Amino acid sequence: MVNKWLSRCYLAIMFLFLYAPIAVLIVFSFNESKSSGKWTGFSLHWYEELLQDSQMQTALFYTIIVATLATAISTVVGTFTSIGIFKLTKKTKAFVLNVNYLPVISPDIVLAVALMMLFKTLKMKFGFTTMLLAHIMFCIPYVVLSVLPRLYAMNPNLAEAAMDLGATPMQAIRKVVIPEILPGIMAGALMAFTMSIDDFVISYFTAGNGVTNLSIEVYSMAKRGIRPTVNALATIMVSFILVSVLISNNLSIKKKREV
Amino acid sequence: MHESTKRLSYPYIVWISIIIIIPMLLIFLYSLIDPSDGNPMAFRLTIDNYVKFFSPIYISTLARSLWIAVWSTLACLLLGYPLAWVIAQCHPKKQSSLLLLFIMPMWINMLLRTYAWISILGKNGILNNILEFFHLAPVDIMYTDFAIILGMVYNFLPFMVLPIHTAIAKVDKNLIDAARDLGANNRQVFSKVVFPLTLPGIITGVIMVFLPAVSTFVIPQLLGGGQFMMIGNLIEKQFLLTGNWYFGSALSMILMIFILLSIWLMKRFDSDGQAGGALPW
Amino acid sequence: MKKGLMMFVASIALLLSACSRDTREKLYVYNVGEYIDREVLNLFEEEFNCKVIYELYDSNETMYQKIKAGGTNYDVAFPSDYMVEKMIKDDLLIPLDYELIPNFQYIDEKYKHLPYDPENSYTVPYFWGTVGILYDQSVIKEPVDSWSVLWDDAYKGNVFMYDSQRDSLMVALKLLGYSMNTHDIEELEEAKQLLIDQRPLVYAYVTDQVIDNMISGNAALAVVYSGDATYIMDENENMNYVIPKEGSNIWVDSMVIPKTAQNVELAHEFINFMQRPDIALMNTEYVMYSTPNTETLKMVADQEWTQNDAYSPSEELLATLPMETFRDPGEFIKQYDDIWTQVLAAPNRR
Repeated sequence: MVNKWLSRCYLAIMFLFLYAPIAVLIVFSFNESKSSGKWTGFSLHWYEELLQDSQMQTALFYTIIVATLATAISTVVGTFTSIGIFKLTKKTKAFVLNVNYLPVISPDIVLAVALMMLFKTLKMKFGFTTMLLAHIMFCIPYVVLSVLPRLYAMNPNLAEAAMDLGATPMQAIRKVVIPEILPGIMAGALMAFTMSIDDFVISYFTAGNGVTNLSIEVYSMAKRGIRPTVNALATIMVSFILVSVLISNNLSIKKKREV
Repeated sequence: MHESTKRLSYPYIVWISIIIIIPMLLIFLYSLIDPSDGNPMAFRLTIDNYVKFFSPIYISTLARSLWIAVWSTLACLLLGYPLAWVIAQCHPKKQSSLLLLFIMPMWINMLLRTYAWISILGKNGILNNILEFFHLAPVDIMYTDFAIILGMVYNFLPFMVLPIHTAIAKVDKNLIDAARDLGANNRQVFSKVVFPLTLPGIITGVIMVFLPAVSTFVIPQLLGGGQFMMIGNLIEKQFLLTGNWYFGSALSMILMIFILLSIWLMKRFDSDGQAGGALPW
Repeated sequence: MKKGLMMFVASIALLLSACSRDTREKLYVYNVGEYIDREVLNLFEEEFNCKVIYELYDSNETMYQKIKAGGTNYDVAFPSDYMVEKMIKDDLLIPLDYELIPNFQYIDEKYKHLPYDPENSYTVPYFWGTVGILYDQSVIKEPVDSWSVLWDDAYKGNVFMYDSQRDSLMVALKLLGYSMNTHDIEELEEAKQLLIDQRPLVYAYVTDQVIDNMISGNAALAVVYSGDATYIMDENENMNYVIPKEGSNIWVDSMVIPKTAQNVELAHEFINFMQRPDIALMNTEYVMYSTPNTETLKMVADQEWTQNDAYSPSEELLATLPMETFRDPGEFIKQYDDIWTQVLAAPNRR
């Protein structure tokens, strides 16, 4: 019992730690003053401004589209790649995995400049496509890194058994392997989405011509002070996510009751 | 699985050849070019860029970045393992929501969240106001190493929790019960059963925290008050400020070598090579 | 599942095409964040029936790399003095046709023909300012008039320096009586030693953080840009700004048309529009940086927030102090960089 209480407490403290800055963000989105150095009074001013800020809306639009597409594509490609890698010969496997590490371990600025050079050599116009390609590039490795441990942990006989029972390799993957490694896939997708939504340097150097994302907006403000309109936007995003998590949680509980 | 499934990885091999290997070769090539030649077409190959690194300033910059990253990773592990454990003990339906709630702060721009920490930790910040309210002595942690590590833990903790949670979640409960039946106490159950089984998750987590921690410079700059140069910062400056891409490329290559070395060291703990992306050595 | 995916892809394609369906002329404006009143862009769009695509960068250096790389079509950018010089050197700018910019007449002669663009053929000044010391009058009772106060042991841990190698070195070089554009290694070494000696006293090296920190009074002294000082003083009346007697940096940010421009004519219209007195007024009131536009200056001259040495330092003051403008050091930037790296490698206060 004490144990349970202790773990509850620990969970609560960690939640406090993770959400304290978010709470601060939310509070200052209602601040009258532009500065987060002091509180001058309650105001919805920044929300009104957000509604009129077409630049910020465009940035939000591209952020979400790129993050969703990059996550979807890298999750699919990353999962199948992992399944494929699993069966490669030892040497090829080592090669692929080591290269797979490179985007994770290189400083962002190096990748950004290298990609900029690559796209320029390929005579691509900087914009949506280049940014999406770049995001897919650095997202897939995270998916692979999350899925592989699950594959190793899986009982290899499962797929064999399925095929002995007449399943094609594809069916075996779909019906047996994927359900088995699903937690790894989900973790990889989460990671990919997170990396994509938070990236600044690579996006900055691979986007352009009117395509921008929220990170670029925020980092560009950092030279002259961050405008609370982004706090307002963050507040809206947080509420949206919290509400959807709560709803989905409620739904699943209801579903269980019905069963 | 069937041998033919390996074909599934071929598209990715083509993809990485174009979008990772070629740019990386470019960086490698740049790192070998003599910076004194203005004309990149008539370049001369040299190892001067690497030699330049071996001066006390640059070595101390790298050492410091590695040091901060090691502490941050350690802190993440110590905080993250119990956290992953607690989450894994919850009801499965609740688990996914909890994990999502832990990831969610990361969807809010990192810079914004780091700025919020500045409001909290500052001299006249929220934390000190709270302490004052309870008549406690104010703390001065802003612009210190502690603030940097706090910021790193805050930003990278989910990278530690996710893989460890995945590993804990798949530990067979029967194994733990069996160990108990055989007379193992809690500590023994943990050190002999749970810990070895979750080691691959730990290693993946350590790697995923260590990598961004060693190359980031935004957090040290904002929360550490730019007191020290970090390797990430140094590299960025070569590309942007001084335009010395050659030295910048050499620095990146050196950083990568150090990171690969660290990964290799960590992998040696993991004899089965089960952690994500087993390396060949 | 598959259907859902298809729908998703289709809707994205639709949205993307909706974004590009705007048939109005497009103008790509490339500026640093928070450096314009965005309402100005709407006014311009209405008046010229065009679409302004407004993009941001975080520093002169990233803007330079981006424009140099090509593959983009920015029509107007806002580089600082030394960056203008570098861009001219690298042939990245298009000479302006001043016939198309009649509002150039409002620009104070002081900000024309500056060393970075001696013929004044590429630039129209946008904002200008100085760098100085912002200090808390409730903490520092003695008069502040010299950079040396930043080396005063009494204010240990109470000093914010500017986290940029050239700005920090400027402070040390000026205190030593040297030029901030020096190419003399000996002088730089002296400046380096001075900055290393100062390290134990410095609370932090920051850029924009100085604004919130000084508004909440977290330190007594800070090296700041005049425009930020104007804003801080407007929010915290204990603060005062002074340009030290050893002289300082006087800088100008300009509007230019990079070679990437696709719509040169409209870009000229935009630059002209930005210096129309009423528009320049909106910008200066929003950004709180000093305008080089004489007509606009008259309009703000009696407003309270401009009554200080940050927004409008007196003519005599600027004339008597050894003020300088940053020049592009070319390859010599590597020396500055090495010096600054060595400063940051030295032990600090804790």
